[in-house]
Amino acid sequence: MTSSNDFRWRRDTDGLGVWEHRGKVAIAGYGHSPVDRRWDGVNLDATVGAYTMLAIERALEQAGVTIDQVDGIVCCDSHIAGGSGGSASQWAPRPYFDPPYDTEYGLTLVNAQWLINTMGFKNVRFAPTGVPTIGEMMGMASQAVGDGVCNTCLVIYPTGNLEGRYRRGGENADDYARGARQWTVPWGNHGGNDFINIFPHNQYCLKYGGEHDDLAPFVINQHKNGMLTPWGFNYNNGIEPISVEDYRTSRYILNPLRIWDCDRPVNASAAYLFTTAERARDMKSQPVYVLNHSQHNFRFRTTQPDLDEVEMWTDRQAARMYEGAGLGPADVDIFNPYDGYSIMTQFFLEGFQWHGVKRGDAFAFYAGDISVKGPHPFSSSGGNLGNGRTRTAMYTDSIEQLRGTAGDRQVTVRAETALCAFTTPSSGGWLMLGKHPS
Amino acid sequence: MPKVIPVSDELSQPFWDAVNQRRLALQYCTACQKLQYPPQAACQVCGSADRLEWRDVEGKGHIATYIVIEDGRLNRRMPDQPYNLALVTLDEDPTVNFYSNLPGVPAYQAPVGAAVELTFEEVAPGQLIHEWQVVK
Ligand SMILES: [Zn+2]
Repeated sequence: MTSSNDFRWRRDTDGLGVWEHRGKVAIAGYGHSPVDRRWDGVNLDATVGAYTMLAIERALEQAGVTIDQVDGIVCCDSHIAGGSGGSASQWAPRPYFDPPYDTEYGLTLVNAQWLINTMGFKNVRFAPTGVPTIGEMMGMASQAVGDGVCNTCLVIYPTGNLEGRYRRGGENADDYARGARQWTVPWGNHGGNDFINIFPHNQYCLKYGGEHDDLAPFVINQHKNGMLTPWGFNYNNGIEPISVEDYRTSRYILNPLRIWDCDRPVNASAAYLFTTAERARDMKSQPVYVLNHSQHNFRFRTTQPDLDEVEMWTDRQAARMYEGAGLGPADVDIFNPYDGYSIMTQFFLEGFQWHGVKRGDAFAFYAGDISVKGPHPFSSSGGNLGNGRTRTAMYTDSIEQLRGTAGDRQVTVRAETALCAFTTPSSGGWLMLGKHPS
Repeated sequence: MPKVIPVSDELSQPFWDAVNQRRLALQYCTACQKLQYPPQAACQVCGSADRLEWRDVEGKGHIATYIVIEDGRLNRRMPDQPYNLALVTLDEDPTVNFYSNLPGVPAYQAPVGAAVELTFEEVAPGQLIHEWQVVK
């Protein structure tokens, strides 16, 4: 198998100009599995592997593509909540089951080779190993199809969750801090995007005025949008919408970060089918077109990124994406940035200047009408906060909005372009989609 | 209230040796005239490895902001919760920053913007870590 490093696909530097395959690559279908809070370690119909196969079948069905027509699979190793060890991330060692569940693969891990073997893909010629997360995989598949490395390519994103408290145990239970952790853990920072973003967020509140709980309208709206999203966790699990009071009285994790600022780890999988714009026109469902993909991986200059760094990073992300798509802020109809902690989303909103929101304006924007039926339907997907930590809601909502199939979430404003991402301020990727190829 | 104990490696050994002698020594690129922390194999501005040297700094800083860890994941620090985690910028170069638990400051009462100075705390026999205390 080729490695992701063998193929030059990243658009991760400034000033690359308009993407050479703009509008020539399309997404022709998607599929979601059910979204469970956890895998119980018993039910073989609800493993990450079983859910991934289900998501693939649904994506292929929607596009009208057979397994034999698929010639590319971009699948990262699944992301189990609790990756840093402990009961939350360790299902094994235990006795395994009959094939295809006779190893960890299929249970809590999935990769392209396991899927090829288990589902019987016969014509896959592009299935790289060492694949990054979905924020970048969407760009990788776009470039692979545009370059002709493959023609009909699945992007698969499994995300798992098991019993136990989140990321307790493993190195977090260790008395010693090794490697990069020697610079953070002795003082209590065990790592993660909560720590990375809470300090710049505090600096944001100090610099521009406002307080942490000004995030409440945004978080509440994410939950509302989640309640309108039939393939998300909240919709299917009777999660009641929250009120301002609920938010303001919720418990702190990293004060001022509250429990409702954090997404809920889930067990789920999703699949997307990429192909050429030309082929997509003859497929079963309406295609949406890829207008650009971009990535970034900015290095911390010291221990902790500060507000200046985060604003510079998000400015550069926006410049790269807009340049490659040949579009500007006023051209973006649907905007689904990442919310895998609520405290990072304002940096993206302001960096990309969606609906004219400039630095320091996000809290006032959140306090206005950001509902899906209003003039500023911000994060119409509901994101991770409204759907569980699938990291795929931003993409699927964007496709549905452009197709006009978002149901109760369908926006009333124009929906011809959509900008979506799984990214943090420092690393990840963006995808610009269009209803039309140009 | 045990803290997690740092384990030095080849790159960080000079840093922790200095800390154990109650000095704060940071990497300094003589080409860029820039301090660097945490230590890296090369200068992150010019990429040069052989222009990096260790330089003692004065140990004056300011509290940029802070959080209170109420529900962290580190076993060893659970008994300390809630506790302050401050972001301290170095006066000699405010783009260099450090974490601090602000010894002596009760949780939730960190004075943002206040001046702090270097101190040291023993986290295991013979192993110090650098900490910051509010200047009275
Ligand atoms: Zn240098």
